[in-house]
Amino acid sequence: MIHLLLSRLVSALVVIFGVSVLVFFLIHLVPGDPVEVMLGETSLAADREALRQSLGLDLPVHVQLWHYLSGLLQFDLGTSLYSRQPIGEILLERIPATIMLAVAGLLVAVVIAFPLGVMAALRKDTAWDTGAMGFAMLGVSIPNFWMGPLLIMVFSLWLGWLPVSGKSGIDSLVLPALTLGTAMAAILSRMIRMTLLEQLGEDYVRTARAKGLAPRQVVVKHALRNAMLPVITLLGLQLGALLGGAVITEIVFSWPGVGQLIVESIHRRDYPVVQACVLLISLTYVVVNTLTDLCYAWLDPRVRLARKGAGETY
Amino acid sequence: MSEILLSVRGLSTHFLTQGGVVRAVDDVSFDIRRGETFALLGESGCGKSMTSLSIMRLVPEPAGRIVAGEIHLDGQNLMDLPEAGMRRIRGNRIAMIFQEPMTSLNPVLTIGEQIAETVRQHRRLDGAAARGVVLDLLDAVGIPDPRQRYGEYPHQLSGGMKQRVMIAIALAGEPDLLIADEPTTALDVTIQAQVLALLGDLQKQTGMAVLLITHDLGVVAGMADSVAVMYAGQIIERAGKEAFFRDPRHPYSRKLFDSLPDVGKRGHQLAVIHGAVPSLAREFKGCRFAERCDEAWDLCHEQAPRWYDQEGGRQVRCHLLDPTLAARRPASHAAPRDGTGQAQPCREHGQAPLLEVENIKVHFPIRKGLLKRTVGHVYAVDGVNLSIARGRTVALVGESGCGKTTIGKAILQLIRPSAGSVRFEGDELTRLRGEALRRRRSDFQIIFQDPFSSMNPRMMIDEIIQEGMVALGIEKDAAARRSRVEELLDHVGLPREARHRYPHEFSGGQRQRICIARTLAVRPKLIVCDEPTSALDISVQAQILNLLKQLQNELGLSYLFITHNLSVVGYLADEVAVMYLGRVVEYGTVQEVLEQPRHPYTQALLSAIPVIDQTTRREVIRLEGDLPSPSSPPSGCHFHTRCPHAMPVCSQRYPQSTALSDTHRAHCFLYGDEE
Repeated sequence: MIHLLLSRLVSALVVIFGVSVLVFFLIHLVPGDPVEVMLGETSLAADREALRQSLGLDLPVHVQLWHYLSGLLQFDLGTSLYSRQPIGEILLERIPATIMLAVAGLLVAVVIAFPLGVMAALRKDTAWDTGAMGFAMLGVSIPNFWMGPLLIMVFSLWLGWLPVSGKSGIDSLVLPALTLGTAMAAILSRMIRMTLLEQLGEDYVRTARAKGLAPRQVVVKHALRNAMLPVITLLGLQLGALLGGAVITEIVFSWPGVGQLIVESIHRRDYPVVQACVLLISLTYVVVNTLTDLCYAWLDPRVRLARKGAGETY
Repeated sequence: MSEILLSVRGLSTHFLTQGGVVRAVDDVSFDIRRGETFALLGESGCGKSMTSLSIMRLVPEPAGRIVAGEIHLDGQNLMDLPEAGMRRIRGNRIAMIFQEPMTSLNPVLTIGEQIAETVRQHRRLDGAAARGVVLDLLDAVGIPDPRQRYGEYPHQLSGGMKQRVMIAIALAGEPDLLIADEPTTALDVTIQAQVLALLGDLQKQTGMAVLLITHDLGVVAGMADSVAVMYAGQIIERAGKEAFFRDPRHPYSRKLFDSLPDVGKRGHQLAVIHGAVPSLAREFKGCRFAERCDEAWDLCHEQAPRWYDQEGGRQVRCHLLDPTLAARRPASHAAPRDGTGQAQPCREHGQAPLLEVENIKVHFPIRKGLLKRTVGHVYAVDGVNLSIARGRTVALVGESGCGKTTIGKAILQLIRPSAGSVRFEGDELTRLRGEALRRRRSDFQIIFQDPFSSMNPRMMIDEIIQEGMVALGIEKDAAARRSRVEELLDHVGLPREARHRYPHEFSGGQRQRICIARTLAVRPKLIVCDEPTSALDISVQAQILNLLKQLQNELGLSYLFITHNLSVVGYLADEVAVMYLGRVVEYGTVQEVLEQPRHPYTQALLSAIPVIDQTTRREVIRLEGDLPSPSSPPSGCHFHTRCPHAMPVCSQRYPQSTALSDTHRAHCFLYGDEE
C-alpha cells in the first residue's frame, strides 16, 4: 500500500508539471499577438508595449517558462489585468464557494442516487424499477440552465422559501446544490443499479444466500460492497468536475465560485486569470483522481495486497 | 429419527425464457439416507444443479420457479416453510459448496469473516467465541496456519485452498446434508484427490449425508454409496454404487461408460452417443433418450417408459426392461451391447521427426516500480526437449500452471521462446521473422480449449473457415474456396448448411468441429491441440476424439496434445511427456509412462485419478500442498518439496536425464544420474 501511495504521488507530480508547462504555452497559442487580443485592436502601441513588458512576453520563451514555473513554486500566479489583484488572492476568494457547492451537490446526488439505484436493482423489471429509471432519464435529459430557473421560479418566486441567487447563507446553497445534485444523481443511480445487478448475479452472492443470511445482509454486506468499486470511480470523476467549477449552475445562481470567475475573466480578456483557472482545474482533476485511485485500492484488497513478484505492475 | 434424511418427491422446476418454458427439472424423486453419499450423475444441462438449488429453494427468481413437488427434510416439507424459516435451514441443516471456488467467495471480505458470518448466523456465537470456532474449522479442513489465514482475502489463496474455505463455510452450521455441486471439477487432479479425501474424512467424523453432483464417473466411483443418473431433466436410473458400476442398465448409462477413453480402447473408435441433448423447452412424448438411443424402437418414441423395479432396489426407466414388452420388440434392434464400436486399427507411422524442440525456454520478465525494471522472471518453460514424428501424437500432460500451454504457443512462435531451438522439417522457426514466418504458418495450427471464445461471434462459419485460406493464399479462387469449405464441413461431420450460420447457433461439440475444420483449411502438418475436449461432456468428448483420430489416419497429421486428462492420453497418444513446473520430468511411450511410471510425480498423478474399475483398488499417493510458484521454483529438483521420496541431494541440484529404455527417460535421482 505504501508502495502504491508513493508511486501514485510521483506520477501525480509528473502530470502536474506537464500540465503547468502546457498551460504556460496556452497563452502563446492565442492566434496573433496575445497582447493585441487582450487590449483590443484599437489600443495604443505604448500600452501594448507596457503590457508586454509587465507580462514578460518580450523575453525569450525559455526565460519566460523559467519565471513562470519558479513563480508557481512560490504560489505566485501573476496579477489580474482587470483588478490588478494578485491572482492567488482572487482564487482563494472563489475556491471556498466552489468547494461548498461541489460537496453539497455531491451529497444531494448520493442521498438521492443510492436508495433509488438499490431499489431499482432489487425490484428489477417492476413498476418501481421503471419509475426510478424514468426519473433518472429525466434527470439526465434536463439541462442545468433550465432546471436552475425552474427551481428558482417554484421555490423562490412562487413559494418564496429560498433566495433567488447569490451567496448569503446556508439557504442560498439549497437550490444550486439541488440543480447540480439531481443531474448527478441521475447518472449515479443508473450506475448503481447496473453494477449492483451485475454483482447480484455473481457466484459469491449465491454462496451468501446458501449460508442462510438475510436478504439485507446479502445485499448490503456482500453485493453492495463489491458494487461500490466502479461507483467510487464515477463519484471521483464527478467530484473532480464539480470542483473545477460548475460553470452553468454558478452563472444561473450568481454563485461566486471558480466557474463564474472563468466566464467573467474570458469576457474581460483577463488571460492570466483564465490561465490560472485552467491550471487549477487540471490540478483538481489530478488530485481527485489520485485520491479516487487510492480509495479504490483501499477498498479492493486485490489491488491493495497485490502480491509481490506475481507480475503485477503496481 | 427415520433413516431417510431427505426425500424429494415429484420435484419440477421451470424457467421462463424467450424460447418458452424450459423444464429444467421435470418430476424428479429420490431419497437420501442419513450419512450416505448420494451421487446425482449427468452431463451439462441435464438439470442436476437446478435440482440442488431447488432443494435449497435458491432457484434464481423470477425467471425460475419450483412449480411442483415436495422436499421433506426429516419429515418436514421445506416447500411449506416461509422464506425466513428456510433461512434457518440454509447453511445450518443443509449446506452447499459449488464448482467454482474462485468466484464463490466474496473478493472483498476476509476468509475468516466469510466463515464467521455463518457461525454467528446459526450458532449464536459472537466475537472471540466465533473466531475460535472459525480457527478450528480452518484447521479441520486442512488449512495450515489458520491464525494467519483468517485475515487473508480469497485472491491470496490457491484454488484448492479456496475450496477448503468453502467446505469450512459449509461445515460452520454443522449440517445434516452437504450438497457438493461439482466440488472438484475446477481443480487439478492431485488437488481433487486432496479435496475428495477431505470430504470423505469429514463425512466420517460428522456423519453428515452428501448429495454429490458430478459428471465424473470416476468421482462417483470413489465417493458414492448410491447413484442416480439424470438425463434431460429426469432421473432415468437409480441404483447402489456397486450394482451400477458392475452393470449399468439404462442404455444412456451404458453409453456413458463406453464413451470414456482409456488405454484399453486404443486403436478402436470410442462409442459415441450421436446427436445432442434435446432442448428442455419442448414437450416430450416418448422416452427422452429415444432419438439418441441405438436400441430404441417405435414404442420408445410414442410412450414414455415408467419405472421398472429391478433386484436390489434398483430402478430403471426404460422399455427394454419391461418383461411383457420383450416379445413385441422387433428382433433387429436387439443388438448386443457393443462396448468398443467398430475396430479401426490406427496406422503406425515412423519417420524422421517433423518437429524437434531442443532446450526451449520461455521466461516472462516480472516488471515492477515506476521504471518497470525487471526484478525477476516467471520460468514458465525451462529447458524442454520434444520431438514429434509424422503421423504421431505426443501428449504433454501436467497440472495447471506447469507451462504446457506456453510450450504449445512457443512452438507455434505465438510467444517467442527466450532460448532454445524449434526445428520444423529441419527449418529453425525461432529465426524466421515477419513474412517468412507468416507463410510457414499453414504448416502448424492450433485448436483451443474453448471453441466458442476462439471464434469471432460476428463472423459466419463460412468466413471463419475461409479466413486462413485467404490470408495464407491457400486457394486463390473463390469458387474453389467455397467447395473446400463444404468438403471440410463434410469431413468434420457437420451439415453443409452450417456455413451460413453463426457460432452461437451450435453446441459445444459442433463448435469444436468448426474449429477443427478451420484448422484443416490451411492443410497443416502439425496441430497443437490445447485441451480440446476439456470443456465438453463425456459423450461429446468421445465424438471429438474419434474425429481427431480419424483425421490423423486419413491425413497423416501429427498432434501435440496438451491435456491434464490421462485417460485421453492413454487412448490417443503415442508418446507422453509429463511436465512439472516448466520442465519435463518423464518422457516415454504411452505404455511405458502410464503402465510403469517411474518419476514420483507421474506416479502420484496417475494414482490421483479416480478409478472406475472397482476391482483394481490401488493406493492413492496423496501429494501435500500446492504447485510452487514458477517465479521462484524450489532449488534442485522442483518436485522435492512435495515428493514422498525426497533425498538431501534432490534439493541441491537438478537430476540429469536417466535412460530407462530406448524410449523412456526420467529426471530423478532414484534412477541414478548420468552426467
